[in-house]
Amino acid sequence: MAEEVAVSDAIAVERMLAGDRDAYRVLVERHSRTVYRMAYRMMGNAHDAEEVVQESFLRAYQKLKQFAGNANFGTWVYRIAANYAIDRIRQRNADEARRENPSRPGEDSLEVDPLSQVPDMSPSPERLAGSAQMEDRMRAALAELSPAERTAIVMRHWDGCGIEEIAAVLKSNSNATKNTVFRAVQKLRRAMAPFLEGKEARAMGTEV
Amino acid sequence: MKHRTEEELIGYRFGEVKERMEIAAHLKECAECRDAMTRIEAVFVALDAMPIPDPGEDYGERVWQRIAPRLAERKTRWWETVFVPQRLVALGGVLALVILAFVAGRWTKPRIPVADQVDAAKVSERVLVVAVGEHLGRTEMVLMELENAPAQKGQKPINISETQRRAGELVEENRLYRQTALKDGDQAMASTLDELERVLLDIANSPEELTPAAFETIRKRIEAQGLLFKVRVVKQGLDERKANPDARPAENKARGTERKKA
Repeated sequence: MAEEVAVSDAIAVERMLAGDRDAYRVLVERHSRTVYRMAYRMMGNAHDAEEVVQESFLRAYQKLKQFAGNANFGTWVYRIAANYAIDRIRQRNADEARRENPSRPGEDSLEVDPLSQVPDMSPSPERLAGSAQMEDRMRAALAELSPAERTAIVMRHWDGCGIEEIAAVLKSNSNATKNTVFRAVQKLRRAMAPFLEGKEARAMGTEV
Repeated sequence: MKHRTEEELIGYRFGEVKERMEIAAHLKECAECRDAMTRIEAVFVALDAMPIPDPGEDYGERVWQRIAPRLAERKTRWWETVFVPQRLVALGGVLALVILAFVAGRWTKPRIPVADQVDAAKVSERVLVVAVGEHLGRTEMVLMELENAPAQKGQKPINISETQRRAGELVEENRLYRQTALKDGDQAMASTLDELERVLLDIANSPEELTPAAFETIRKRIEAQGLLFKVRVVKQGLDERKANPDARPAENKARGTERKKA
């Protein structure tokens, strides 16, 4: 099945390079939902996610000749989308920083621990009683991650990408990428501690 | 008992540690590390519980509707434009006409009066002369743009994407005319077109943005080969042939020697 899809993608790309613009429609319709899921997890809202999806397919179209040697169009457009999402998060963070603190414009949060900079907004365990609150808290914790950490956790946990694949998107090496994944999980655990500690959490993968 | 670090436990969870069996054995023994592992696992459970809105079954179609009008903005390369169906049809039409003219000239010989054959050949050559003349005019413009571009200071890259696009379009035409000139025995024109083709190919295949040094190399090559001069001489020859259709390529051979001397 996967092979059939890959062949169909390759044929669609070939037709496009031969000038058949409508062949791209097949690729867009086939991969939009996957890209949307990743974009939504990266951006945290539907509006930005849709913008990422559209821009990614436009960019993929413009760079199509670079794809010629690659086998899987889905993976390729996914990477383009991840890179664009990183750029958008950085831009969004910079805009927010400028609005909140005009004296420190353009600061990139990639190397800064956001948890050390934002005021502690953690609600007490009593307030965080239901799943809606837990979702809000997790959404805030994800938003506080740096663009690289957020990409790492989305690609590794939700989309099951390998470290090498994440490293390619982050333009980093394997060890640094592994550390980015670890740091992202540590930050999420610390941010969620008031809510998760004391609650029964499902233990998995301990091989006991 | 030495406890495992949080990094080791996260790595274990993701299958990114070498000593997987050792950590599994440790977790079996150590309640404290098991608690730490449970806290890490709770993060993943919470992540999995995050909802994601379903964009709908027709989402792909909606994305296509939104981006389709913007796809025309895509920059194309010469080889992409050459293989566009409409262009192939046009090229096929020209080739069919040439073949038809050839076949008409050869096979219908017994039935066509000699005077008409000569006229047909003249018309065919005249069409070719006019087409090559126009092609050389367009090539001359591209070369002039490069040769007359203002000198750049510093290391700022020079964008030649527009010139590059036109050079790409000219390559295929140039190849066709060169082959025709060779068949026609016009060595001088074939040689000039050959030199032009190499330079046009170099321009078309260069990066869109050139360093001032790379740009200067192309410009010097155009100057060193006297390409603009050669293009003008060939064009002048074609103009003469337009004015006097009886001038044959054989005469051009002698003219070609003069051009080479020049």
